[in-house]
Amino acid sequence: MSHIPVLIPTSLLLTALIALLAGLRSPKWGHRVAQTGVTVAFLFALAGLRAVLTGGEEIHYPMGNWLPPIGIEFVLDHLAAYMTSLITFVGVLVMFYAPRSLAFETPGKETFAYPAMVLLIAGLCGMCLTGDAFNLYVFLEIAALSAYALLATGDRGAPVATFRYLLFGAVGGGFYLIGIAYLYFSTGTLNMADLHARLPELVENRAVISAAAFMVIGLGIKMALFPMHFWLPDVYTNAPSAVAGLIAPVMTKVSAYAIVRLFLDVFPPGFFTEALPIASTIGWLSAGGILFGSIMAIAQTDYRRMLAYSSVGQISYVGLGIGLASPIGMIGGLLHIMNHALMKGCLFLVGGAIRYRTGNVRIPAMAGLGKSMPWTMAAFTIGALAMVGIPPTAGFFSKWYLLLGALEAGNWWWFAVIIASSLLTAVYFLRVLETVYREPAEGTTAAARAASTRLPEGEGEPPASMLAPILILAVSILVAGAMNVVIVNELLRRVVAPLAG
Amino acid sequence: MTANFLISGYPYFLITVLMVIGMYGMAMKRNLLKKIVGMTVFQTAIYLLYIQGATKIGATIPVRSAEIGTDAALYINPLPQVIVLTAIVVGVATTGVALSLLLLIQRRFGTLDETAILEELRDPA
Amino acid sequence: MTGLLSNALLLAILSSAIAAIAIVFTGEKRRNLREGWTLLASFLKFGFIASMIPGVIAGERYEVTLWELSPGIELALRADPAGLLFAVSASFLWILTSFYAIGYMRGAKEKKQTRFFAMLAVCLSATVGIALSANLLTFVVFYEILSVATYPLVIHKGSEKAYRAGRQYLTYAITAGIALVAGTALVYQMAGTLDFQGGGFLTSEMAPTSTLILAFLLFFVGFGVKAGVMPLHSWLPNAMIAPTPVSALLHAVAVVKAGVFGFVRLGGFVFGPDLLREIGMAGVLAGLAGITILLASFIAMTKDDLKARLAYSTVGHLSYIVLGVALLAPTAMLGGAFHMVTHAAMKITLFFCAGALYVHMHYTKVSELDGIGRRMPITMGAFAIGVLGLVGIPGTGGFLSKFMIGVGAVEAGQGIFLALLLVSGLLNAGYLFPIVTRAFFRSSPEHTKYDEASWFMVGPIVLTALLSLMLGIWPDGIFNFFSIALEAMHSVVGGGSP
Repeated sequence: MSHIPVLIPTSLLLTALIALLAGLRSPKWGHRVAQTGVTVAFLFALAGLRAVLTGGEEIHYPMGNWLPPIGIEFVLDHLAAYMTSLITFVGVLVMFYAPRSLAFETPGKETFAYPAMVLLIAGLCGMCLTGDAFNLYVFLEIAALSAYALLATGDRGAPVATFRYLLFGAVGGGFYLIGIAYLYFSTGTLNMADLHARLPELVENRAVISAAAFMVIGLGIKMALFPMHFWLPDVYTNAPSAVAGLIAPVMTKVSAYAIVRLFLDVFPPGFFTEALPIASTIGWLSAGGILFGSIMAIAQTDYRRMLAYSSVGQISYVGLGIGLASPIGMIGGLLHIMNHALMKGCLFLVGGAIRYRTGNVRIPAMAGLGKSMPWTMAAFTIGALAMVGIPPTAGFFSKWYLLLGALEAGNWWWFAVIIASSLLTAVYFLRVLETVYREPAEGTTAAARAASTRLPEGEGEPPASMLAPILILAVSILVAGAMNVVIVNELLRRVVAPLAG
Repeated sequence: MTANFLISGYPYFLITVLMVIGMYGMAMKRNLLKKIVGMTVFQTAIYLLYIQGATKIGATIPVRSAEIGTDAALYINPLPQVIVLTAIVVGVATTGVALSLLLLIQRRFGTLDETAILEELRDPA
Repeated sequence: MTGLLSNALLLAILSSAIAAIAIVFTGEKRRNLREGWTLLASFLKFGFIASMIPGVIAGERYEVTLWELSPGIELALRADPAGLLFAVSASFLWILTSFYAIGYMRGAKEKKQTRFFAMLAVCLSATVGIALSANLLTFVVFYEILSVATYPLVIHKGSEKAYRAGRQYLTYAITAGIALVAGTALVYQMAGTLDFQGGGFLTSEMAPTSTLILAFLLFFVGFGVKAGVMPLHSWLPNAMIAPTPVSALLHAVAVVKAGVFGFVRLGGFVFGPDLLREIGMAGVLAGLAGITILLASFIAMTKDDLKARLAYSTVGHLSYIVLGVALLAPTAMLGGAFHMVTHAAMKITLFFCAGALYVHMHYTKVSELDGIGRRMPITMGAFAIGVLGLVGIPGTGGFLSKFMIGVGAVEAGQGIFLALLLVSGLLNAGYLFPIVTRAFFRSSPEHTKYDEASWFMVGPIVLTALLSLMLGIWPDGIFNFFSIALEAMHSVVGGGSP
């Protein structure tokens, strides 16, 4: 029996503990431990991915050998392998990136930052791996609590924004918990596979329907599904760059993943389109979110705030894929989880590099960076083009599948929304792109830079430990675009099989 | 019928009322500390929901004793209790993080009044 | 043999892409080596493409399939006559443009030359990729790369005006690209395939007429922007702020022709002539093209800026090709395809001349050209040859292609377009001849003795002028252009080799 499903979260949890102890000795050691632990987890995730791909079977791991449905089991299937590989990949890169960035933005707090980051990754991986609905809640809160701690270390407004996020998160988690209560009292089990076996008889049951509604709304809040996204922009704007680079790419996605999991593997097929027609509601809300996020992003002058609103729009693509509830649409949504993680990760890390060199990330202050930071800005260009959806970057392909999905469903409105949002995205990214590659204007650029909260460290490209992750992410955007068919055929088709059946 | 339902379901109404009170506090109170109180009320209501769902009249705590024997009907289902226990731990941790955030906010802004803080953030004087 | 030449297909695209990387890493300090990369790549690229000409005329279709872009749709390249026609003309003119650009950029002491040459190479890769795409999705990929890669060239000057032009260009190009993607998705949904097929692969049974029309309109926006069909043309004259080699190669040959070539693919290989007629869109397209031809000529007359006048002339002439496609008559299609080549040769000559005038004399306006023919006789002589071709004087390539479009119009029973061609020929003369007469028949005390621009620039000018003459006198003499165009026509309407 393979131990991989359990090795990923436990290695991370253990790492967090050791990293804290080592960090108390010196932050440098804390970072080394954390870095090693996350890398090991990444390797485990890759091994799991390989096992799933070659074996073609799910790997079940009953905790403490208590067989389900009594015990909690961890399940490594195609979707879990996909998600954990993605999360730990971003995690490893951010770990490389973090020391210089954290030392610059939040000096003196590194000792606790590294364990919290590892815990965050552990929580997110655990959410993806667990086969138990309540266990998912526990990991959700582990991730959330470490995120609160990390986010609060950001700029002046960070604690207030984080506090608001905490309240929203408490309600979201609470709703999910209420949903579990209903589910448990009507089925008597919390194991996902077991639920999947028992629920088909209960599709008409009111308690089950309200359970589904509570769980989806709860996760919708966590996922920042429009219009429950209010917490998000302030949080991302005030977060330390390295933390934003970790949380923005994967955190909301994992909640989206949980909704997908409910759709595909917990509730019976067709439940969300017939018994509780919430799929199309999610789709319409997402369509609204795409437009709202894109339009709001246009109005921003702070780079990170622009990215934050853009995230509201982009997570809605995933929602749109869920809303389509068809294989091709869901593939588009799931593929966008990865694509957006790579793109947003790249862009937020670029933001951190800009801050490191100029002191702030206001868009007017970015003039002329194309000359002084050519590689960073090349990565930014790739990320921005991918966000707009220019082929052959990865961003194009998820939109392509979503377009096909919308056409297949005959939903012209969503078709139009996807097209329109590409245009809107182009508006706000190309504006930045133009600023970056033009000569710094005497007055405005200098004034914008003078408003820095911190003095920049040196000039030119950021240090290699920051530049390398940025470039790796930029390259991975292109690779993910070229390899999208492999990912779709080998992984995602298996994942969405319940929809096709 | 309706009366029956009201009588048998009254704990659920109380729980719902508690939940709404909690959410009201989180949403409407200007003082951040009171928001935390609201959050705690909300969470407590969820614990009660579990406990209420698991309550069995005439049953006892799920510790096997020789007197009662092995009839499962005479024991309360332990799983919801365990869930609530875990949820309480999570809730305490959340409250702890929330309070430490408030500490930070109080030190930085000198107040816990949301309006005042937002005003200060918008226009740092 | 076929296998070897399939590699040529791939190498034709890769050569300039690799050159772009080499250029970036060589940098400004070793500029001679850097320019060496450009020249080497341009010769190699043309060699790879030209090596396929005999086979394609003999009916061979070289193909290479790379990886899948989307399940069932591959990134695939195919050398068919239509694509090869475009690829040969673009890559051949790149060689000349490379020499010219070196002379121009050094002569004008432009900044950021590394970026310039690198992006130019990327643009050429994308253009040839467009020409050699085997299916619509591959086409879209290269089309979007071209859109984006042109932007740095448009804003090259770095002035406020250049940024404005760049912004406008990108707005148009991105909108077009997104419309194109949407149209492609729609076509895939209807047909289940995206492989180009002579005579089109869409049929009226696949979807209601309204959906087909919607798809056509999306493509119209997608291609019309680059092809400068009114009312989508207004970015093109403003984009003339770019350095002249860019205007010459991209805004007369590569980028705009990519849009026109899109219409060729659309009319000949996606919808097919029959379906276009059936849904009534051919008439709309022909009408818009006709209006564009006339209006552009009128606007060109009002422009004193030489490049702006040439830009509007380009807008008009691109619509000749669109008209050739939209008339749905075999001869018109042949004429349109051939006009892609002849117009490229003629218009690049004129732009090269305009650039030489700018670098050498800092002239940008028509009204400044009095008597310049005496000082720069070779440049202005070449200019005159180009003008004769654009107006359509018999004996030039321009005459031949316009003649065939006219014959096609009669074939299609739409004689009005023949009249339109004649009128527009006169209008062309109206805005182009004055430039020549000013240069040669007015005198100016400033210009008394011979003083030409550098040979890096004059050489290509002479060659392109000769090319446009040759195309009229012996249309099949150089690179078998006429035969390829004929094959391209046959591949759409049948007859000849498939």
